[in-house]
Amino acid sequence: MLLLALDTATPAVTVALHDGTDVIASSSQVDARRHGELLLPAVDRVLAEARLRLDAVTGIVAGIGPGPYTGLRVGLMTADTFGLALGVPVHGVCTLDGLAYAADLEQPFVVATDARRKEVYWARYADSRTRLTDPAVDRPADIAEQVAGLPAVGAGALLYPGTFPKAHEPEHVSAAALASLAAEKLAAGEELPAPRPLYLRRPDAQVPKNYKVVTPK
Amino acid sequence: MPDEPLVLGIETSCDETGVGVVRGTTLLADAVASSVDEHARFGGVVPEVASRAHLEAMVPTIDRALKEAGVSARDLDGIAVTAGPGLAGALLVGVSAAKAYAYALGKPLYGVNHLASHICVDQLEHGPLPEPTMALLVSGGHSSLLLSSDITSDVRPMGATIDDAAGEAFDKIARVLNLGFPGGPVIDRYAREGDPDAIAFPRGLTGPRDPAYDFSFSGLKTAVARWIEAKRAAGEEVPVRDVSASFQEAVVDVLTRKAVRACKDQGVDHLMIGGGVAANSRLRALAQERCEAAGIRLRVPRPKLCTDNGAMVAALGAEMVARNRAASDWDLSADSSLPVTDPHVPGRGHPHVHDHVHEVSKENLYS
Ligand SMILES: [Zn+2]
Repeated sequence: MLLLALDTATPAVTVALHDGTDVIASSSQVDARRHGELLLPAVDRVLAEARLRLDAVTGIVAGIGPGPYTGLRVGLMTADTFGLALGVPVHGVCTLDGLAYAADLEQPFVVATDARRKEVYWARYADSRTRLTDPAVDRPADIAEQVAGLPAVGAGALLYPGTFPKAHEPEHVSAAALASLAAEKLAAGEELPAPRPLYLRRPDAQVPKNYKVVTPK
Repeated sequence: MPDEPLVLGIETSCDETGVGVVRGTTLLADAVASSVDEHARFGGVVPEVASRAHLEAMVPTIDRALKEAGVSARDLDGIAVTAGPGLAGALLVGVSAAKAYAYALGKPLYGVNHLASHICVDQLEHGPLPEPTMALLVSGGHSSLLLSSDITSDVRPMGATIDDAAGEAFDKIARVLNLGFPGGPVIDRYAREGDPDAIAFPRGLTGPRDPAYDFSFSGLKTAVARWIEAKRAAGEEVPVRDVSASFQEAVVDVLTRKAVRACKDQGVDHLMIGGGVAANSRLRALAQERCEAAGIRLRVPRPKLCTDNGAMVAALGAEMVARNRAASDWDLSADSSLPVTDPHVPGRGHPHVHDHVHEVSKENLYS
Protein backbone atom coordinates (compact mmCIF):
# COMPACT_ATOMS: atom_id res chain seq x y z
CA MET A 1 0.00 0.00 0.00
CA LEU A 2 1.22 3.48 -0.83
CA LEU A 3 -1.19 6.29 0.00
CA LEU A 4 -0.78 9.90 -1.08
CA ALA A 5 -2.78 12.09 1.30
CA LEU A 6 -3.51 15.78 0.86
CA ASP A 7 -5.68 18.39 2.52
CA THR A 8 -6.37 22.01 1.53
CA ALA A 9 -9.60 22.58 3.47
CA THR A 10 -7.95 24.91 5.99
CA PRO A 11 -5.09 27.43 5.74
CA ALA A 12 -2.69 24.45 5.77
CA VAL A 13 -1.51 22.98 2.47
CA THR A 14 -0.46 19.55 3.60
CA VAL A 15 0.75 16.42 1.77
CA ALA A 16 2.00 13.05 3.02
CA LEU A 17 2.99 9.60 1.77
CA HIS A 18 2.08 6.53 3.82
CA ASP A 19 3.32 3.05 3.01
CA GLY A 20 0.68 1.21 5.05
CA THR A 21 2.86 1.12 8.13
CA ASP A 22 4.32 4.56 8.48
CA VAL A 23 4.33 8.07 7.09
CA ILE A 24 7.43 8.10 4.88
CA ALA A 25 7.42 11.75 3.80
CA SER A 26 5.32 14.83 4.47
CA SER A 27 5.07 18.56 3.91
CA SER A 28 2.92 21.22 5.58
CA GLN A 29 2.75 24.92 4.78
CA VAL A 30 0.30 27.38 6.28
CA ASP A 31 -0.75 30.02 3.76
CA ALA A 32 -4.47 30.61 3.30
CA ARG A 33 -4.10 32.44 0.01
CA ARG A 34 -1.88 30.26 -2.14
CA HIS A 35 -3.34 26.75 -2.06
CA GLY A 36 -3.43 26.60 -5.84
CA GLU A 37 0.23 27.45 -6.17
CA LEU A 38 1.62 25.43 -3.28
CA LEU A 39 -0.08 22.06 -3.56
CA LEU A 40 1.54 20.49 -6.62
CA PRO A 41 5.11 21.55 -5.80
CA ALA A 42 4.49 20.05 -2.33
CA VAL A 43 3.40 16.74 -3.88
CA ASP A 44 6.51 16.82 -6.05
CA ARG A 45 8.74 17.51 -3.03
CA VAL A 46 7.22 14.75 -0.92
CA LEU A 47 7.64 12.20 -3.71
CA ALA A 48 11.24 13.32 -4.27
CA GLU A 49 11.96 12.98 -0.57
CA ALA A 50 10.66 9.41 -0.63
CA ARG A 51 12.46 8.77 -3.94
CA LEU A 52 9.22 7.61 -5.50
CA ARG A 53 7.22 8.50 -8.57
CA LEU A 54 3.54 9.32 -8.46
CA ASP A 55 2.65 6.17 -10.41
CA ALA A 56 3.82 4.06 -7.46
CA VAL A 57 0.85 5.34 -5.45
CA THR A 58 -1.99 2.81 -4.89
CA GLY A 59 -4.58 5.21 -3.46
CA ILE A 60 -5.27 8.89 -2.88
CA VAL A 61 -6.65 10.25 0.40
CA ALA A 62 -8.23 13.71 0.28
CA GLY A 63 -9.49 15.91 3.09
CA ILE A 64 -13.12 16.70 2.22
CA GLY A 65 -13.48 19.59 4.62
CA PRO A 66 -15.53 21.26 5.88
CA GLY A 67 -13.54 24.31 4.85
CA PRO A 68 -13.63 27.55 2.87
CA TYR A 69 -14.62 26.44 -0.61
CA THR A 70 -11.98 27.80 -2.92
CA GLY A 71 -9.07 26.19 -1.11
CA LEU A 72 -11.00 23.00 -0.42
CA ARG A 73 -11.64 22.48 -4.13
CA VAL A 74 -7.92 22.73 -4.99
CA GLY A 75 -7.20 19.57 -3.02
CA LEU A 76 -10.30 17.68 -4.11
CA MET A 77 -9.81 18.51 -7.81
CA THR A 78 -6.17 17.49 -7.58
CA ALA A 79 -7.06 14.22 -5.84
CA ASP A 80 -9.85 13.42 -8.33
CA THR A 81 -7.60 14.05 -11.31
CA PHE A 82 -4.73 12.00 -9.87
CA GLY A 83 -7.23 9.19 -9.39
CA LEU A 84 -8.34 9.48 -13.01
CA ALA A 85 -4.83 9.62 -14.45
CA LEU A 86 -3.42 6.82 -12.30
CA GLY A 87 -6.51 4.62 -12.21
CA VAL A 88 -6.40 4.35 -8.42
CA PRO A 89 -9.17 4.88 -5.85
CA VAL A 90 -9.66 8.28 -4.19
CA HIS A 91 -10.81 8.16 -0.56
CA GLY A 92 -12.40 11.04 1.31
CA VAL A 93 -11.66 11.74 4.96
CA CYS A 94 -13.34 14.46 6.99
CA THR A 95 -10.73 17.11 7.75
CA LEU A 96 -11.98 17.43 11.33
CA ASP A 97 -11.37 13.68 11.78
CA GLY A 98 -7.75 14.19 10.76
CA LEU A 99 -7.34 16.85 13.44
CA ALA A 100 -9.07 14.62 15.99
CA TYR A 101 -6.74 11.73 15.16
CA ALA A 102 -3.69 13.97 15.58
CA ALA A 103 -5.03 15.21 18.94
CA ASP A 104 -4.52 11.67 20.28
CA LEU A 105 -7.05 11.96 23.11
CA GLU A 106 -8.91 9.14 24.86
CA GLN A 107 -11.58 11.42 26.34
CA PRO A 108 -14.46 13.52 24.91
CA PHE A 109 -13.34 16.69 23.15
CA VAL A 110 -14.19 19.12 20.36
CA VAL A 111 -12.51 19.91 17.05
CA ALA A 112 -13.08 23.38 15.60
CA THR A 113 -11.57 25.03 12.52
CA ASP A 114 -11.93 28.60 11.33
CA ALA A 115 -14.93 28.98 9.02
CA ARG A 116 -14.33 32.77 8.64
CA ARG A 117 -17.30 35.15 8.89
CA LYS A 118 -16.95 34.78 12.68
CA GLU A 119 -18.01 31.12 12.55
CA VAL A 120 -16.34 27.77 13.16
CA TYR A 121 -16.63 24.36 11.55
CA TRP A 122 -16.85 21.92 14.40
CA ALA A 123 -17.77 18.43 15.68
CA ARG A 124 -17.70 16.57 19.00
CA TYR A 125 -15.67 13.40 19.55
CA ALA A 126 -15.80 10.62 22.18
CA ASP A 127 -12.12 9.98 21.55
CA SER A 128 -9.61 10.52 18.73
CA ARG A 129 -11.21 7.91 16.48
CA THR A 130 -14.89 8.36 17.28
CA ARG A 131 -16.90 11.34 16.04
CA LEU A 132 -20.24 11.89 17.84
CA THR A 133 -21.81 14.65 15.71
CA ASP A 134 -21.98 15.62 12.05
CA PRO A 135 -19.67 18.48 11.12
CA ALA A 136 -21.52 21.77 11.47
CA VAL A 137 -20.90 25.49 11.00
CA ASP A 138 -21.93 27.88 13.76
CA ARG A 139 -21.07 31.04 15.65
CA PRO A 140 -18.92 30.12 18.66
CA ALA A 141 -21.30 31.84 21.10
CA ASP A 142 -24.22 29.75 19.81
CA ILE A 143 -22.53 26.42 20.65
CA ALA A 144 -20.98 27.44 23.96
CA GLU A 145 -23.32 25.16 25.92
CA GLN A 146 -22.69 22.14 23.69
CA VAL A 147 -18.91 22.38 24.09
CA ALA A 148 -18.78 23.61 27.70
CA GLY A 149 -16.05 22.02 29.79
CA LEU A 150 -14.57 20.03 26.89
CA PRO A 151 -11.00 20.27 25.70
CA ALA A 152 -10.78 21.52 22.12
CA VAL A 153 -8.26 21.45 19.28
CA GLY A 154 -7.90 23.29 15.98
CA ALA A 155 -7.44 26.88 14.85
CA GLY A 156 -11.15 27.60 15.34
CA ALA A 157 -10.93 26.65 19.00
CA LEU A 158 -7.73 28.63 19.55
CA LEU A 159 -9.31 31.66 17.88
CA TYR A 160 -12.28 31.84 20.29
CA PRO A 161 -10.99 31.22 23.84
CA GLY A 162 -14.26 32.61 25.22
CA THR A 163 -16.10 29.56 23.90
CA PHE A 164 -13.16 27.14 24.03
CA PRO A 165 -11.17 27.99 27.20
CA LYS A 166 -9.47 24.59 27.13
CA ALA A 167 -8.23 24.90 23.52
CA HIS A 168 -4.82 23.50 22.69
CA GLU A 169 -2.68 22.04 19.87
CA PRO A 170 -2.78 20.75 17.21
CA GLU A 171 -3.77 23.98 15.51
CA HIS A 172 -3.63 22.73 11.91
CA VAL A 173 -4.57 19.49 10.21
CA SER A 174 -1.72 17.40 8.82
CA ALA A 175 -1.91 15.06 5.84
CA ALA A 176 0.29 12.72 7.87
CA ALA A 177 -2.55 12.28 10.38
CA LEU A 178 -5.09 11.99 7.58
CA ALA A 179 -3.01 9.28 5.88
CA SER A 180 -2.47 7.35 9.12
CA LEU A 181 -6.19 7.43 9.90
CA ALA A 182 -7.08 6.31 6.38
CA ALA A 183 -4.46 3.53 6.41
CA GLU A 184 -5.84 2.28 9.75
CA LYS A 185 -9.43 2.29 8.46
CA LEU A 186 -8.56 0.66 5.14
CA ALA A 187 -6.52 -2.05 6.93
CA ALA A 188 -9.58 -2.71 9.10
CA GLY A 189 -11.65 -3.20 5.94
CA GLU A 190 -13.62 -0.03 6.46
CA GLU A 191 -15.11 1.82 3.47
CA LEU A 192 -14.09 5.45 3.21
CA PRO A 193 -16.54 7.98 1.77
CA ALA A 194 -16.27 9.35 -1.76
CA PRO A 195 -14.19 12.52 -1.98
CA ARG A 196 -17.17 14.90 -2.10
CA PRO A 197 -16.74 18.34 -0.54
CA LEU A 198 -18.43 19.19 2.75
CA TYR A 199 -19.44 22.77 2.04
CA LEU A 200 -22.07 23.02 4.83
CA ARG A 201 -23.16 26.39 3.48
CA ARG A 202 -25.27 27.14 0.47
CA PRO A 203 -23.54 29.21 -2.18
CA ASP A 204 -23.99 32.96 -1.92
CA ALA A 205 -26.41 33.34 -4.78
CA GLN A 206 -25.30 36.86 -5.47
CA VAL A 207 -24.72 37.74 -9.08
CA PRO A 208 -21.86 40.20 -8.83
CA LYS A 209 -22.17 43.51 -10.62
CA ASN A 210 -20.70 43.14 -14.10
CA TYR A 211 -20.87 39.44 -13.49
CA LYS A 212 -19.20 38.11 -16.60
CA VAL A 213 -16.86 40.97 -17.30
CA VAL A 214 -13.37 39.55 -17.53
CA THR A 215 -11.96 41.79 -20.23
CA PRO A 216 -8.93 43.59 -18.82
CA LYS A 217 -9.17 47.37 -18.77
CA MET B 1 -0.48 14.44 -39.72
CA PRO B 2 0.57 12.20 -36.85
CA ASP B 3 3.55 14.39 -35.88
CA GLU B 4 1.37 17.40 -35.10
CA PRO B 5 1.04 18.00 -31.34
CA LEU B 6 -1.82 16.17 -29.61
CA VAL B 7 -3.07 18.44 -26.81
CA LEU B 8 -5.91 18.31 -24.29
CA GLY B 9 -7.31 21.66 -23.19
CA ILE B 10 -9.32 22.55 -20.08
CA GLU B 11 -11.51 25.65 -19.76
CA THR B 12 -13.31 26.75 -16.57
CA SER B 13 -13.17 30.56 -16.66
CA CYS B 14 -16.93 31.00 -16.33
CA ASP B 15 -19.89 28.61 -16.30
CA GLU B 16 -18.83 26.02 -18.89
CA THR B 17 -16.63 23.07 -17.97
CA GLY B 18 -14.91 22.49 -21.30
CA VAL B 19 -12.44 19.78 -22.26
CA GLY B 20 -11.21 19.58 -25.83
CA VAL B 21 -8.66 17.51 -27.71
CA VAL B 22 -6.90 18.70 -30.86
CA ARG B 23 -4.10 17.46 -33.07
CA GLY B 24 -2.38 20.52 -34.48
CA THR B 25 -5.21 22.44 -36.10
CA THR B 26 -7.58 19.47 -36.25
CA LEU B 27 -10.46 19.22 -33.79
CA LEU B 28 -10.79 15.72 -32.30
CA ALA B 29 -13.15 16.34 -29.38
CA ASP B 30 -15.08 19.18 -27.76
CA ALA B 31 -16.83 18.06 -24.56
CA VAL B 32 -18.71 20.71 -22.59
CA ALA B 33 -20.75 20.50 -19.40
CA SER B 34 -22.62 23.69 -18.66
CA SER B 35 -24.08 24.94 -15.39
CA VAL B 36 -26.06 27.63 -17.22
CA ASP B 37 -29.41 26.20 -16.06
CA GLU B 38 -28.37 26.57 -12.44
CA HIS B 39 -27.61 30.26 -13.04
CA ALA B 40 -30.70 31.06 -15.10
CA ARG B 41 -32.93 31.83 -12.13
CA PHE B 42 -30.40 34.36 -10.82
CA GLY B 43 -30.19 36.15 -14.16
CA GLY B 44 -26.44 35.79 -14.26
CA VAL B 45 -23.51 33.58 -13.46
CA VAL B 46 -23.09 32.94 -9.73
CA PRO B 47 -19.36 32.29 -9.23
CA GLU B 48 -19.71 29.83 -6.35
CA VAL B 49 -22.36 27.82 -8.20
CA ALA B 50 -20.08 27.69 -11.25
CA SER B 51 -17.07 26.57 -9.21
CA ARG B 52 -19.01 23.78 -7.51
CA ALA B 53 -20.27 22.58 -10.88
CA HIS B 54 -16.74 22.56 -12.37
CA LEU B 55 -15.48 20.28 -9.59
CA GLU B 56 -18.34 17.83 -10.18
CA ALA B 57 -18.11 17.84 -13.96
CA MET B 58 -14.36 17.80 -14.54
CA VAL B 59 -13.42 14.12 -14.40
CA PRO B 60 -16.44 12.89 -16.41
CA THR B 61 -15.84 15.62 -19.01
CA ILE B 62 -12.15 14.69 -19.42
CA ASP B 63 -13.22 11.06 -19.82
CA ARG B 64 -15.82 11.98 -22.43
CA ALA B 65 -13.37 14.12 -24.42
CA LEU B 66 -10.76 11.36 -24.60
CA LYS B 67 -13.36 8.80 -25.69
CA GLU B 68 -14.76 11.18 -28.30
CA ALA B 69 -11.24 11.84 -29.62
CA GLY B 70 -10.38 8.16 -29.61
CA VAL B 71 -6.98 8.80 -28.09
CA SER B 72 -5.24 7.61 -24.96
CA ALA B 73 -4.09 10.08 -22.32
CA ARG B 74 -0.61 8.55 -22.62
CA ASP B 75 -0.29 9.80 -26.20
CA LEU B 76 -0.91 13.46 -25.35
CA ASP B 77 1.95 15.89 -26.00
CA GLY B 78 0.73 18.44 -23.51
CA ILE B 79 -2.08 19.69 -21.29
CA ALA B 80 -3.31 23.26 -21.74
CA VAL B 81 -5.55 25.16 -19.37
CA THR B 82 -7.11 28.61 -19.14
CA ALA B 83 -4.99 30.45 -16.55
CA GLY B 84 -7.07 33.65 -16.92
CA PRO B 85 -8.78 36.00 -17.24
CA GLY B 86 -12.06 34.85 -15.68
CA LEU B 87 -13.74 34.12 -12.36
CA ALA B 88 -10.93 33.41 -9.89
CA GLY B 89 -12.51 30.47 -8.07
CA ALA B 90 -13.75 28.87 -11.27
CA LEU B 91 -10.37 29.21 -13.00
CA LEU B 92 -8.66 27.60 -10.02
CA VAL B 93 -10.66 24.37 -10.41
CA GLY B 94 -9.49 23.97 -14.00
CA VAL B 95 -5.90 24.92 -13.20
CA SER B 96 -5.83 22.39 -10.34
CA ALA B 97 -7.16 19.65 -12.60
CA ALA B 98 -4.77 20.47 -15.45
CA LYS B 99 -1.74 20.56 -13.19
CA ALA B 100 -2.62 17.25 -11.55
CA TYR B 101 -3.33 15.63 -14.91
CA ALA B 102 -0.13 16.88 -16.55
CA TYR B 103 1.95 15.92 -13.52
CA ALA B 104 0.45 12.44 -13.22
CA LEU B 105 0.91 11.77 -16.94
CA GLY B 106 4.38 13.32 -17.09
CA LYS B 107 3.34 15.85 -19.75
CA PRO B 108 4.18 19.55 -20.11
CA LEU B 109 1.60 22.05 -18.82
CA TYR B 110 0.59 25.21 -20.66
CA GLY B 111 -1.35 27.88 -18.80
CA VAL B 112 -2.89 29.98 -21.58
CA ASN B 113 -4.93 33.16 -22.01
CA HIS B 114 -8.68 32.79 -22.45
CA LEU B 115 -8.95 35.62 -24.99
CA ALA B 116 -6.07 34.37 -27.14
CA SER B 117 -7.78 30.95 -27.09
CA HIS B 118 -11.00 32.51 -28.43
CA ILE B 119 -8.97 33.76 -31.40
CA CYS B 120 -6.88 30.61 -31.90
CA VAL B 121 -9.92 28.31 -32.03
CA ASP B 122 -10.58 29.50 -35.57
CA GLN B 123 -7.59 27.42 -36.69
CA LEU B 124 -9.75 24.35 -36.08
CA GLU B 125 -12.32 25.70 -38.52
CA HIS B 126 -10.44 27.60 -41.19
CA GLY B 127 -6.81 26.46 -40.87
CA PRO B 128 -3.78 28.44 -39.67
CA LEU B 129 -4.52 32.00 -38.59
CA PRO B 130 -3.42 34.64 -41.06
CA GLU B 131 -0.72 36.83 -39.54
CA PRO B 132 -1.74 39.43 -38.68
CA THR B 133 -5.38 38.85 -37.78
CA MET B 134 -7.81 41.36 -36.31
CA ALA B 135 -10.16 39.74 -33.81
CA LEU B 136 -13.48 40.97 -32.47
CA LEU B 137 -14.34 39.04 -29.30
CA VAL B 138 -17.89 39.50 -28.09
CA SER B 139 -19.64 37.58 -25.33
CA GLY B 140 -21.25 38.05 -21.95
CA GLY B 141 -17.76 38.69 -20.60
CA HIS B 142 -15.85 40.28 -23.43
CA SER B 143 -16.13 42.99 -26.02
CA SER B 144 -12.68 43.62 -27.35
CA LEU B 145 -10.88 44.31 -30.53
CA LEU B 146 -7.48 42.62 -30.61
CA LEU B 147 -4.69 42.51 -33.14
CA SER B 148 -2.38 39.51 -33.27
CA SER B 149 0.64 38.85 -35.43
CA ASP B 150 1.51 35.61 -33.60
CA ILE B 151 -1.13 34.13 -31.34
CA THR B 152 1.50 32.52 -29.06
CA SER B 153 3.46 35.70 -28.42
CA ASP B 154 1.88 38.89 -29.70
CA VAL B 155 -1.68 39.94 -28.94
CA ARG B 156 -2.33 43.64 -28.56
CA PRO B 157 -5.52 45.36 -27.41
CA MET B 158 -6.94 47.87 -29.88
CA GLY B 159 -10.20 48.61 -28.07
CA ALA B 160 -12.59 47.27 -25.47
CA THR B 161 -15.88 48.06 -23.83
CA ILE B 162 -15.75 50.88 -21.32
CA ASP B 163 -18.79 49.55 -19.42
CA ASP B 164 -20.94 46.48 -20.22
CA ALA B 165 -19.95 43.58 -22.43
CA ALA B 166 -22.09 43.15 -25.55
CA GLY B 167 -23.55 39.83 -24.34
CA GLU B 168 -24.36 41.41 -21.01
CA ALA B 169 -26.49 44.00 -22.77
CA PHE B 170 -28.39 41.19 -24.52
CA ASP B 171 -28.97 39.48 -21.15
CA LYS B 172 -30.20 42.67 -19.50
CA ILE B 173 -32.59 43.62 -22.29
CA ALA B 174 -33.93 40.05 -22.36
CA ARG B 175 -34.58 40.38 -18.63
CA VAL B 176 -36.45 43.67 -19.12
CA LEU B 177 -38.54 41.97 -21.82
CA ASN B 178 -39.09 38.95 -19.52
CA LEU B 179 -37.48 36.59 -22.02
CA GLY B 180 -35.20 34.76 -19.56
CA PHE B 181 -31.47 34.09 -19.43
CA PRO B 182 -29.27 33.91 -21.45
CA GLY B 183 -30.63 36.70 -23.61
CA GLY B 184 -28.60 36.37 -26.81
CA PRO B 185 -30.32 33.47 -28.59
CA VAL B 186 -33.86 34.52 -27.70
CA ILE B 187 -33.40 38.14 -28.81
CA ASP B 188 -31.83 36.88 -32.04
CA ARG B 189 -34.92 34.73 -32.60
CA TYR B 190 -37.47 37.51 -31.98
CA ALA B 191 -35.39 39.98 -33.98
CA ARG B 192 -35.73 37.88 -37.13
CA GLU B 193 -39.43 38.76 -37.19
CA GLY B 194 -38.95 42.39 -36.23
CA ASP B 195 -37.98 45.61 -37.98
CA PRO B 196 -34.43 46.75 -37.16
CA ASP B 197 -35.31 50.31 -38.16
CA ALA B 198 -38.53 50.50 -36.12
CA ILE B 199 -36.92 52.35 -33.21
CA ALA B 200 -33.79 54.53 -33.46
CA PHE B 201 -31.72 53.42 -30.47
CA PRO B 202 -28.39 55.20 -29.81
CA ARG B 203 -25.04 53.98 -31.15
CA GLY B 204 -22.55 54.31 -28.29
CA LEU B 205 -19.15 55.96 -28.71
CA THR B 206 -19.60 56.72 -32.40
CA GLY B 207 -19.13 60.47 -32.25
CA PRO B 208 -16.20 62.10 -34.06
CA ARG B 209 -14.31 62.71 -30.80
CA ASP B 210 -15.01 59.27 -29.28
CA PRO B 211 -12.28 56.64 -29.11
CA ALA B 212 -12.35 54.85 -32.45
CA TYR B 213 -12.15 51.26 -31.25
CA ASP B 214 -13.75 51.30 -27.79
CA PHE B 215 -17.33 50.25 -27.12
CA SER B 216 -20.06 51.32 -24.75
CA PHE B 217 -23.37 49.51 -24.33
CA SER B 218 -24.55 50.95 -21.05
CA GLY B 219 -26.27 53.99 -22.60
CA LEU B 220 -28.01 51.79 -25.17
CA LYS B 221 -29.19 49.44 -22.45
CA THR B 222 -30.68 52.32 -20.48
CA ALA B 223 -32.32 53.81 -23.58
CA VAL B 224 -33.98 50.51 -24.49
CA ALA B 225 -35.16 49.90 -20.93
CA ARG B 226 -36.62 53.44 -20.72
CA TRP B 227 -38.40 52.99 -24.05
CA ILE B 228 -39.96 49.73 -22.87
CA GLU B 229 -40.99 51.20 -19.52
CA ALA B 230 -42.59 54.21 -21.23
CA LYS B 231 -44.68 51.87 -23.39
CA ARG B 232 -45.77 49.90 -20.33
CA ALA B 233 -46.53 53.08 -18.37
CA ALA B 234 -48.75 54.24 -21.26
CA GLY B 235 -50.60 50.93 -21.08
CA GLU B 236 -49.46 49.99 -24.57
CA GLU B 237 -48.24 46.59 -25.65
CA VAL B 238 -44.46 46.31 -26.03
CA PRO B 239 -43.56 45.24 -29.59
CA VAL B 240 -41.04 42.59 -28.51
CA ARG B 241 -39.97 41.72 -32.05
CA ASP B 242 -39.29 45.30 -33.13
CA VAL B 243 -37.55 46.17 -29.85
CA SER B 244 -35.36 43.06 -30.20
CA ALA B 245 -34.50 43.81 -33.82
CA SER B 246 -33.79 47.51 -33.23
CA PHE B 247 -31.71 46.87 -30.11
CA GLN B 248 -29.75 44.09 -31.79
CA GLU B 249 -29.13 46.28 -34.82
CA ALA B 250 -27.71 49.04 -32.61
CA VAL B 251 -25.26 46.56 -31.05
CA VAL B 252 -24.06 44.82 -34.19
CA ASP B 253 -23.91 48.04 -36.21
CA VAL B 254 -21.35 49.50 -33.80
CA LEU B 255 -19.41 46.24 -33.43
CA THR B 256 -18.98 45.64 -37.15
CA ARG B 257 -18.41 49.29 -38.04
CA LYS B 258 -15.54 49.59 -35.54
CA ALA B 259 -14.03 46.21 -36.40
CA VAL B 260 -13.94 46.97 -40.12
CA ARG B 261 -12.55 50.42 -39.46
CA ALA B 262 -9.76 48.94 -37.31
CA CYS B 263 -8.85 46.53 -40.12
CA LYS B 264 -8.70 49.35 -42.65
CA ASP B 265 -6.71 51.69 -40.36
CA GLN B 266 -4.17 48.99 -39.54
CA GLY B 267 -3.91 47.51 -43.00
CA VAL B 268 -5.18 44.11 -41.90
CA ASP B 269 -7.18 42.09 -44.40
CA HIS B 270 -8.51 39.33 -42.10
CA LEU B 271 -11.13 39.72 -39.39
CA MET B 272 -12.12 36.91 -37.06
CA ILE B 273 -15.12 37.12 -34.75
CA GLY B 274 -15.34 34.94 -31.65
CA GLY B 275 -17.14 34.72 -28.31
CA GLY B 276 -20.72 33.72 -27.62
CA VAL B 277 -22.26 36.74 -29.37
CA ALA B 278 -20.56 35.59 -32.61
CA ALA B 279 -23.42 33.08 -32.78
CA ASN B 280 -25.78 36.01 -33.41
CA SER B 281 -27.15 35.66 -36.93
CA ARG B 282 -27.44 39.39 -37.59
CA LEU B 283 -23.87 40.03 -36.43
CA ARG B 284 -22.62 37.39 -38.85
CA ALA B 285 -24.67 38.73 -41.75
CA LEU B 286 -23.76 42.38 -41.25
CA ALA B 287 -20.08 41.58 -40.69
CA GLN B 288 -20.06 39.54 -43.90
CA GLU B 289 -21.67 42.38 -45.83
CA ARG B 290 -19.32 45.06 -44.52
CA CYS B 291 -16.17 42.93 -44.84
CA GLU B 292 -17.01 42.11 -48.43
CA ALA B 293 -17.51 45.78 -49.21
CA ALA B 294 -14.12 46.57 -47.65
CA GLY B 295 -12.20 43.68 -49.22
CA ILE B 296 -11.65 41.95 -45.87
CA ARG B 297 -11.80 38.16 -45.41
CA LEU B 298 -14.14 37.30 -42.54
CA ARG B 299 -13.53 34.19 -40.42
CA VAL B 300 -16.17 33.14 -37.89
CA PRO B 301 -16.01 29.67 -36.34
CA ARG B 302 -19.19 27.64 -35.92
CA PRO B 303 -21.24 28.76 -32.88
CA LYS B 304 -20.18 25.86 -30.65
CA LEU B 305 -16.54 26.89 -31.03
CA CYS B 306 -17.37 30.56 -30.38
CA THR B 307 -18.77 30.02 -26.90
CA ASP B 308 -16.37 29.01 -24.12
CA ASN B 309 -15.03 25.50 -24.70
CA GLY B 310 -11.98 23.33 -24.10
CA ALA B 311 -11.12 22.90 -27.78
CA MET B 312 -10.07 26.55 -28.05
CA VAL B 313 -7.68 26.07 -25.13
CA ALA B 314 -6.31 22.89 -26.72
CA ALA B 315 -5.91 24.76 -30.03
CA LEU B 316 -3.75 27.42 -28.41
CA GLY B 317 -1.87 24.78 -26.40
CA ALA B 318 -1.07 22.89 -29.60
CA GLU B 319 0.25 26.10 -31.13
CA MET B 320 2.43 26.64 -28.03
CA VAL B 321 3.89 23.14 -28.49
CA ALA B 322 4.32 23.60 -32.25
CA ARG B 323 6.18 26.88 -31.75
CA ASN B 324 8.31 25.57 -28.89
CA ARG B 325 6.99 27.96 -26.28
CA ALA B 326 8.10 27.36 -22.70
CA ALA B 327 5.82 25.20 -20.56
CA SER B 328 4.34 26.57 -17.32
CA ASP B 329 5.70 25.71 -13.87
CA TRP B 330 3.96 23.41 -11.37
CA ASP B 331 3.14 26.41 -9.19
CA LEU B 332 1.04 27.94 -12.00
CA SER B 333 -1.87 29.78 -10.44
CA ALA B 334 -5.11 31.16 -11.77
CA ASP B 335 -4.93 34.87 -12.62
CA SER B 336 -8.40 36.38 -12.83
CA SER B 337 -7.03 39.49 -14.54
CA LEU B 338 -4.33 37.94 -16.73
CA PRO B 339 -3.51 40.69 -19.26
CA VAL B 340 -4.56 40.02 -22.84
CA THR B 341 -0.97 40.77 -23.85
CA ASP B 342 0.17 37.53 -22.14
CA PRO B 343 -0.96 34.69 -24.46
CA HIS B 344 0.45 32.18 -21.98
CA VAL B 345 2.18 31.94 -18.61
CA PRO B 346 5.66 30.54 -19.26
CA GLY B 347 7.65 29.01 -16.42
CA ARG B 348 10.31 31.14 -14.81
CA GLY B 349 13.02 28.54 -15.38
CA HIS B 350 12.94 29.14 -19.11
CA PRO B 351 13.41 32.62 -20.51
CA HIS B 352 10.45 33.72 -22.59
CA VAL B 353 11.24 33.03 -26.24
CA HIS B 354 11.07 36.24 -28.23
CA ASP B 355 11.15 35.56 -31.91
CA HIS B 356 9.17 38.40 -33.28
CA VAL B 357 9.40 37.36 -36.88
CA HIS B 358 6.34 39.48 -37.40
CA GLU B 359 7.58 42.46 -35.46
CA VAL B 360 5.00 45.05 -36.34
CA SER B 361 4.91 48.78 -36.20
CA LYS B 362 1.64 50.24 -35.04
CA GLU B 363 1.02 51.96 -38.34
CA ASN B 364 1.47 49.49 -41.14
CA LEU B 365 1.61 45.76 -40.73
CA TYR B 366 2.49 44.93 -44.27
CA SER B 367 5.40 47.22 -45.04
ZN1 LIG C 1 -14.97 33.59 -23.28
